Amino acid sequence: MGSIPVDFFIDRFPLYLEGAGTTFTITVLGTALAFVLAMVIGVLGTLRNPVARGVASFYTETFRGIAALVLMFWMAFSIPQITPYELDVTFAAVLALGLNVGAYGAEVVRASINAVPKAQTEATIALNMTWARRMRLVILPQAWAQMLPTFGNLVIELMKASAIVSLIGVTDLTQVARLQGQASGQTILAFGSALVMYFVIAQVLIVGVRLLERRANRRLGRTPPAGGGLLALLRPPTVGATATGGAR
Amino acid sequence: MMWDWEFTAVVVPRLLDGLVITVLATLIGYLVALALGLAVAIVRRVRIIGPIVHAVMEFIRTTPLLVQLLFVFFLAPSGMTALTVGITVLGVHYAAYTAEVYRSGIEGVAKGQWEACRALSLPPLRVWGAVILPQAIRKVIPALGNYLIAMFKDTPLLYAITVQEMMFHASGLGGQYFRNFEAITLVGLLFVLVSVPSAILIRRLERRYAAV
Repeated sequence: MGSIPVDFFIDRFPLYLEGAGTTFTITVLGTALAFVLAMVIGVLGTLRNPVARGVASFYTETFRGIAALVLMFWMAFSIPQITPYELDVTFAAVLALGLNVGAYGAEVVRASINAVPKAQTEATIALNMTWARRMRLVILPQAWAQMLPTFGNLVIELMKASAIVSLIGVTDLTQVARLQGQASGQTILAFGSALVMYFVIAQVLIVGVRLLERRANRRLGRTPPAGGGLLALLRPPTVGATATGGAR
Repeated sequence: MMWDWEFTAVVVPRLLDGLVITVLATLIGYLVALALGLAVAIVRRVRIIGPIVHAVMEFIRTTPLLVQLLFVFFLAPSGMTALTVGITVLGVHYAAYTAEVYRSGIEGVAKGQWEACRALSLPPLRVWGAVILPQAIRKVIPALGNYLIAMFKDTPLLYAITVQEMMFHASGLGGQYFRNFEAITLVGLLFVLVSVPSAILIRRLERRYAAV
């Protein structure tokens, strides 16, 4: 009896691994798109120009307001109907996830840039730096360290949200679980295995972001939080700051 | 291919039916998340049980809601309706988030408050009920509000377990009439119509409580 669940998973491990690969790819591509959008829109939101700020807030309000699932269905099923073009389902999924999470990220970027002490900006003005130089050398490196923990949460959110791609027929981890559940009749085991694999992917992503955080803090001359080693990466770094994050 | 108004007239009443289910699931699920999250945040401080509860919640927090829904949907006894499963899973999933919010609020209460309780030898019920929680919860109200909107936007996932919310009707009618464009666009519009005003309302709340 006890060995049956394990057998179920071991027999299908290659299939699950393939599904996990698709999930991971969609997560990485979606994160890349979300990151670029978040940076551009976030910086636009910090400008004085009212048009730039208007564009930024229109984007964030709209895409934070619509569920990623609705956006994805719209791209996959409505676009072929109103235009002669058809989006590849995976591409539609990446686009929907990227646009959605990018809107949350933009708010994080805007808030982090605004949180850099005013004296830093004043100093760059006194040094006669251009806007681009000030951003690149002074403001962004400090804002970067601030935004990374929240970005980490957003990457996990995106990874979790990527499960919806199974509803438009992409063979990701969830879809593999669904198919294996139907084929074997062991739905509980099938979805249970998928849950465990999602958890593992999340832990990998968490460790990756923590490594980035350490590097960002070191470059600013801040010492990493107490305790080294790999295990310390799994523990939350500081109290309270990351959990609520203002992201969702 | 232009906008089809006749089809719109067919879709809108059904979508509004779906919206009622969506709002219902959100509100009840939110109540579950608020209550369970608070319980988890308090139990987390208990010695042996605390870390176990924390680990379970961490697992729930880092795995997709959709897979959890399917998992419980197939696990649930046949007497349980899809909507009940949906509300329960939604509530428990978000309890993992609200527990973290409560925790940050509880940890934000000054140490002197705990010491004062001990000095007065207050019973635990009064420590939590009269001293710690009133201070902790007040600070986290805006953060909790954000999760109401997040939950609202996760309700279309219930469509995967055949709950008759908006997306369910949109997808059904869209397939029946071969017109997905109007159906899905209308769902998107309804979402923005509900979630943007609520976001503005919550931001106003945030400003009010931040001032205290």
